[in-house]
Amino acid sequence: MTILTFTLLIFGTSVTAGLLGALTGLGGGVVVVPVLALLFHVDLRYAIGASLVSVIATSSGAAAAYVREGFSNIRIGMFLEIATTLGALVGASLTALVPVKTIGIIFGVVLLYSAIASFRGTHEDVTPKHGGLADRLRLNGEYPTADGLKDYVAQRVPAGFSIMFVAGGLSGLLGIGSGAVKVLAMDQAMRLPFKVSTTTSNFMIGVTAAASAGIYISRGYIMPSLAMPVMLGVLAGSLIGSRILIRARVSTLRMIFAVVIVALGVEMIYSSLTGRL
Amino acid sequence: MTEPLHKHAPTAEQDERLEAAIAVLLRVGVIAAAVIVVIGGALVLRHPGAPVPNYRIFHAPGEPPSAVSAGTSIRSIAAVFRHLRDGSGASIIALGLLILIATPIARVIFAVIGFARERDMLYTIISLIVLAVLAFSLVHGV
Repeated sequence: MTILTFTLLIFGTSVTAGLLGALTGLGGGVVVVPVLALLFHVDLRYAIGASLVSVIATSSGAAAAYVREGFSNIRIGMFLEIATTLGALVGASLTALVPVKTIGIIFGVVLLYSAIASFRGTHEDVTPKHGGLADRLRLNGEYPTADGLKDYVAQRVPAGFSIMFVAGGLSGLLGIGSGAVKVLAMDQAMRLPFKVSTTTSNFMIGVTAAASAGIYISRGYIMPSLAMPVMLGVLAGSLIGSRILIRARVSTLRMIFAVVIVALGVEMIYSSLTGRL
Repeated sequence: MTEPLHKHAPTAEQDERLEAAIAVLLRVGVIAAAVIVVIGGALVLRHPGAPVPNYRIFHAPGEPPSAVSAGTSIRSIAAVFRHLRDGSGASIIALGLLILIATPIARVIFAVIGFARERDMLYTIISLIVLAVLAFSLVHGV
């Protein structure tokens, strides 16, 4: 295979991964890494290096649209980024210590979890309970709804902060945005409105990934010629995906993609266990 | 508890302006990075018949440093700039990737400045902590 054919194939795959990632809300990284590793037999470390770069591109590229909607909360995001960036440092450092096989298995488990998480319903709106850490840190805000602006305040801040540390760790270890875990922390633990969770999560993903990037560079995980088609492809795919998302009926698409992600997860675990990764 | 809410009202608007400025910054960063990566990619593909670099086997950066070429990973930020004058496609892609990695960092710097101007001590410090972690990763590289 020539470099042109290979690059075009990777680009096409990455566009699809970005599209999938945007439509499921899971991000492109979680799809592109297993495909690079399983289909193209790229070493897992080069795959996560290329993915991490694409994660930053997607997060920054989508930010403008999210800010316009007025849902994301910069204070909550910044406060939780302390946890995600520290987690990312730990996770990225672990990539050198943990065997590739183990990373593959963890990746598979995260894929399976993400597929399930993308189906979980959002929680009922709760009347915000003020007090404690959330008030001192001013982790509150208001968001636009059909009946005008509604107030919200973060609940269970320590729990949310801890889950964010784990989210950052997975991001650093696997080269993904781990948006599903971030949304878990904000939506389920901190009881923030779903839209606030997803948009703030997107805002945080780029900063979290940047914390891993320095370590990835020093380890030699980022291969320019491979990262090029992956970054451009995932970025293009996710931009197209977010356009479709506005128009299309998502439930059927989500179903199809969840099946794809489950298949990738199972294959990832199987390949790791049989030593083919 | 009515007082802090009262104090919050003007900051909400300032926050919105800060976020809008940050969004523009991110978009400009991503577009600049993508354009540079495309240019570098075009240079790499100038020889479309070249063999695919070996991505199957991982090479740790302990080996003797070579020029940033297709098939060599980025070893350090300094190396990217050192090899930039070779004008190879891979080194130009690497520059684009560094710009991309810099955009979220710039976003945190922006937030530090924004919060400082709002005289919000707590969030100036919180943003500085995040910035310190990012700087540690890039400088120390662990």
